[in-house]
Amino acid sequence: MIAAPKPDLVTVNIDGVDISVPKGTNVIEAAKLLQKDVPHYCYHPKLSVAGNCRMCMIEMGTPAFDPATKAPVTDPATGKQKINWIPRPQIGCGTTVSPGLHVKTSSSMVKDAREGVMEFLLINHPLDCPICDQAGECKLQEQATGYGRGYSRFIEEKNVKPKRTQLGPRVTLDDERCILCSRCVRFSKEIANDDVLGFVDRGSYSTLTCHPGKKLENNYSLNTVDICPVGALTSTDFRFKMRVWFLKQTNTVDIESSVGVNAVVWSREGTIYRLTPRRNDEVNDTWMPDSGRILYKQVAATDRLTAVKLNGSDTSLDIALHAAAALLKAGSVSIVGSGRASVEEQFLLKQLATATGAQGHLVARTASGDKLLISADRNPNVRGALVTGLISQLPCAELKQLSRDIDEGKIKTVVSHGEDLHAAGLTAALLAKVAVIYIGTHANATSAAANIILPTLHTFEKAGTFVNQQFRIQKFYAAVPAPQGATNDLVVLAKLVASTGTHTPASEVHALWPAIAAAVPALATMLYKNIPDTGLLLDATPWVGLPFVEGETLHYKPAAAIAAEAARS
Amino acid sequence: MATITVERKPLSFLERTYIPNIVAGLTTTFKRMIKPTETLQYPEQRPAIPLGYRGVPTLVNDPHGREKCVSCQLCEFVCPPKAIRITPGEIADDEPNAHVEKRPKAFEIDMLRCIYCGLCQEVCPEEAIFLQNQYSMTGFTRAEMVNDKDRLYELGGTLPDQHYKWDKKKSAAEAASHGGHH
Repeated sequence: MIAAPKPDLVTVNIDGVDISVPKGTNVIEAAKLLQKDVPHYCYHPKLSVAGNCRMCMIEMGTPAFDPATKAPVTDPATGKQKINWIPRPQIGCGTTVSPGLHVKTSSSMVKDAREGVMEFLLINHPLDCPICDQAGECKLQEQATGYGRGYSRFIEEKNVKPKRTQLGPRVTLDDERCILCSRCVRFSKEIANDDVLGFVDRGSYSTLTCHPGKKLENNYSLNTVDICPVGALTSTDFRFKMRVWFLKQTNTVDIESSVGVNAVVWSREGTIYRLTPRRNDEVNDTWMPDSGRILYKQVAATDRLTAVKLNGSDTSLDIALHAAAALLKAGSVSIVGSGRASVEEQFLLKQLATATGAQGHLVARTASGDKLLISADRNPNVRGALVTGLISQLPCAELKQLSRDIDEGKIKTVVSHGEDLHAAGLTAALLAKVAVIYIGTHANATSAAANIILPTLHTFEKAGTFVNQQFRIQKFYAAVPAPQGATNDLVVLAKLVASTGTHTPASEVHALWPAIAAAVPALATMLYKNIPDTGLLLDATPWVGLPFVEGETLHYKPAAAIAAEAARS
Repeated sequence: MATITVERKPLSFLERTYIPNIVAGLTTTFKRMIKPTETLQYPEQRPAIPLGYRGVPTLVNDPHGREKCVSCQLCEFVCPPKAIRITPGEIADDEPNAHVEKRPKAFEIDMLRCIYCGLCQEVCPEEAIFLQNQYSMTGFTRAEMVNDKDRLYELGGTLPDQHYKWDKKKSAAEAASHGGHH
């Protein structure tokens, strides 16, 4: 008995189990809801349906009706409505659910169909697995274990096609491995709006290639590598670096803009090898810009700060913190926070500002957005600073007020958390007038001018949260251990707060969150461990009037655009 | 615990003379003096190695002198004591074996960790790693006991190849470029 469907839900029967799914869902997605895997190559949930790989074959049938009376036909054997099974398998990706649709995903006909498709796909597939970077995450390998025959009946010569073709600066193509699924072609056309890929020639001569005179060089080219079900498209940067089965996956958030693209850090024994996107249908779907993927190189950069310094000479963290405490206690302090710091760090910095009576500043970092996954605000966490109260107004690119204050002698000590004050408009002459405490990861003009350097951790080395442009709070975790000599930002900031004599805050993310929840109204109901991996939307009402710089991107519309749309309708 | 007293049997007359035991013992001694010796004068003399012996793991070249390892790292993955450490590398386009694309940049087997299980040989898809006849590894330092890539190829030498997989691949590509099967 099929239960009455809810509005805009369709009830279908998959392998004997009834399930209600939203209208327009295809059979692959419906089966996924029942944890039934329908193998597929060309289908991708975020791309149009091509239906060319023929791997997602299913058996389907519809309830029988009498053609004359339109009355349901009952099967006398079961007493239920008879199902008219289609005698040939159908593709699951191109089959949209209809009321009462019956599907078999593992019948013998389906299994035969899949085995047939696998045999055809493997006919011309080279025996490259030992040298192929896709090995271990290759759909063809996976399905070959389930539906391959284990030996080949093909005695003719395999196709020869171009190997090691550079499609662009970041993507290498091996045409022999290509199974012509066209995911990359559809991605370039539909998502990246850079229609440079296509197939040329026919039959077994079909070859994926770039448009003559063009290159696959848009900032989303590496997504084609991610969605390639085989090893045809591989990342030139990751080429032959490490086999994927050795790599540990850690969830993180892209730090290049306020979009907050969900990503995964792939590391082995403290070395990061690559970054790939993580699916979040509310933020980035399954995509990630190329520019965000190379940011892991900052971790092992040669200009990393790894020595605590006091007036230019190496010292211990305790001595440096002691000297910093003396500067902070002397008063006339100004604090420059960072839109790249986590919510937790900004919270502690706010506490430090309160304890020293300092004003919190932030440096804006803007560039034009690409309307997809890079926004105009290149700081990942400006909204975190608003939420924690470190700043009350949107930041400017230059610290003009701070320059004036220093010039007038109102400020004696500047604490910079990872921001290059020189780049933010403070001249060397101005910096020479004040004592600079630099808490940061990489050497720059400010660290060169700083009296005290406290080396801290890169985003991939610590845990925390960012608040993205949608006011969605998203978690990231420590993927690799810190380099020797660098200390967690939270530890440094907590010790600085403690040294002012007010109180001693916790210096670990989980332990700090109860204090954050108690002090920050927007975060009152949550704890670090309770934030889901896809993030949590915060109430943005207090900041809705601020003139945020972001334009429209994927899954984000600025408040002004929403208001304009509402006014039109 | 209870103590059980066992009565010792008195020795017979012959036993008390020790003569039968001395005769039996000397018989064995004289027999051994005549028989050929079993002792090997190791290390000058070495035992014959049976077929299928699992000695020190080595890397081998094919008869055309190509290094067979393509650094797929399956042996590193399967190795139970984690004795193998490979750094993969690319073969440059101007080298003779450029069509193989990949080879190990570094390949180290820590013989202090190796348990001679032979799983690396079993898992190798390129038939590049073999546990051959060498069984004796000595060194004065731990570092000496780590076989690097050069040492592994020196130990392994060249073994016959049944497939010539990559040579076939290259000749197919060459035939295609001269208008053969595409």
